Amino acid sequence: MEIRWQERSLVQLTLVRFREFWREREAVFWVFVFPVLLAAGLGIAFRNRAPEVLKIGATGKELASALGQGKSLNVKLLDRGEGERELRTGAIVLLALARPEGGVIYRYDDTNPDGRTARLLAEQAIQRAAGVRVGVAESDDLVREPGSRYIDFLLPGLLGMNLMGSGMWSLGFSIVYARKMKLLKRLVASPMSRAEYLLSFLLARLTLMIAEVGALLGFGALVFGVPLRGPLWQLTLLCVVTALAFSALGLLVASRAQTIEAVSGLMNFIMMPMWVFSGVFFSANRFPAALQPFIQALPLTAAINALRANMLEGAGVSQYGGEMAILAAWIAVSFFAALKLFRWR
Amino acid sequence: MEVSLAVRGLRKAYADVVAVDGLDLEVRAGECFGLLGPNGAGKTTTIEICEGLLEPDAGSVEVLGLRWASDAAELRQRLGVQLQETQLAEKLTVEETLRLFRSFYRHGPPVAAVIGMVQLEEKRKARVGQLSGGQKQRLAMACALVGEPDLLFLDEPTTGLDPQARRQLWDLIERFKTAGRTIILTTHYMDEAERLCDRVAIIDHGKAIALGTPRELVAALGADHVVEFATEGDGLEAGALEGLAGVRAARAEDGFMRLQVAQLHVAVPALLDELARRGIGLTELRTHSATLEDVFVSLTGRHLRDGD
Repeated sequence: MEIRWQERSLVQLTLVRFREFWREREAVFWVFVFPVLLAAGLGIAFRNRAPEVLKIGATGKELASALGQGKSLNVKLLDRGEGERELRTGAIVLLALARPEGGVIYRYDDTNPDGRTARLLAEQAIQRAAGVRVGVAESDDLVREPGSRYIDFLLPGLLGMNLMGSGMWSLGFSIVYARKMKLLKRLVASPMSRAEYLLSFLLARLTLMIAEVGALLGFGALVFGVPLRGPLWQLTLLCVVTALAFSALGLLVASRAQTIEAVSGLMNFIMMPMWVFSGVFFSANRFPAALQPFIQALPLTAAINALRANMLEGAGVSQYGGEMAILAAWIAVSFFAALKLFRWR
Repeated sequence: MEVSLAVRGLRKAYADVVAVDGLDLEVRAGECFGLLGPNGAGKTTTIEICEGLLEPDAGSVEVLGLRWASDAAELRQRLGVQLQETQLAEKLTVEETLRLFRSFYRHGPPVAAVIGMVQLEEKRKARVGQLSGGQKQRLAMACALVGEPDLLFLDEPTTGLDPQARRQLWDLIERFKTAGRTIILTTHYMDEAERLCDRVAIIDHGKAIALGTPRELVAALGADHVVEFATEGDGLEAGALEGLAGVRAARAEDGFMRLQVAQLHVAVPALLDELARRGIGLTELRTHSATLEDVFVSLTGRHLRDGD
């Protein structure tokens, strides 16, 4: 008798994965909604603003009007006492004091970049007002292009982090839950193919991955104009490889754990270093050189570096071959170890 | 006679305890065979070895003429299994769960027919998590039946159910029996074994200590009735009562005296006369027909439900 496709066990097992995911509303939130909210929040917080006009104070009318000629400074005429107070509270970043004998004293905090900028702008304005001319002709050519903003840097990081979280949770949690409920034992008492059982997780993961990546990248591209410069098929390949690497790791974590508490602890233990070191929110290069070999070997670092190369630099696969090799090694080692260690009961 | 399950010299030890200690069993095709014993007697270990879920340390198991080492795939297709503690996925519906299990088997009835068999038609679209204990157990039974098994293993099928749900499940099992299926079930309820099983093996400490039909086992006591009574004060020795007319055995326990009695109408007057002669007052007296529980007590000195 011909078996209809929807009655095949692999199809049924995969459908179960979808149903369980979809009916777990919290999981849907964490996978689809949370990353978009995070990207939106951080994108707005760190959006590029129009160049800021720095507020400074000046004592003496003449000095104030000389400084006011620079367009980048907002000058307030203050007496010395008020000026000192506003400087302390950060209402102004620099206080220019006219010396009775001529000349200017700048009071500012030289560890504050705004203070240093204000110092340079003030100096320029005063020299110009005094009739000093620069010897070299200068002109500005402003660059405010998508691709170099914080949101552009952030989005590949969030994408990598999301692929890690959902890959590990979807396998780790479901399998340990089934083991704890003795459902795994019941399934292996039936003629179910064990390979198909594990395969159903990967199939469901890869399908959901497409929706998950689509949601985050679509949001980034439409709302923030985050660039997707690399070939899309290579980006897809990269996401598949990343999803497989973290699924394998999730399977490994779930291979023995008997309780949800145990597997949650293990997963946090494994993911925590990657949240910190792998360059989700800031560049991994900020960590000391001694740590770099460890950091670069982490699967999330490799995934995020490759995602940034593809999306922001438009690099081809060959340019992040090293990262792909690291991810492939994680897939191979984790799957092999997981299948060796796996317990069905 | 065709043999569905043959177990010889089965042994299984865990780190600290010998669970099965040289067990022999033979289950014939078409019968409902019960493993009756208290918790921890080794029933579940035995049945899980037969289901291919555990490896025995020693001994042989032949199921439907096949062996787990060489014919596991074939066996899994032909066995129906209901485990003691399985909780099916709570987020799936009854129908989805059965469709999943159905997809594992080469042949079997349509899912709708199985749902009808266990009378869950009205719950077809309900999530497993919303079912009552009895309904969950019937669904577990349906999962065991969905591949039209030649042999059905039921491990403590009614444990934890309320009386009404138990009776419903018994009706269900009885219908499969009349359909000519071979069933092996474990239980620590003697009424369940008496009602459902054609033959019973009483298991204690990993060994079969008695085997036969429930009627044979009770008859082997040589006593059809049990008399239990309590008296004012102590001072009555069990030995003193064994000589009474119609009394086969006497045993004191928990402030009660238990007499195994062949003929109630002879033994009870004799007992009352004896108590009157000694001037001992009776505070309580009750009798019941001997059951498998009494068989177990007479064999082990303990009750089936001890330590529950």
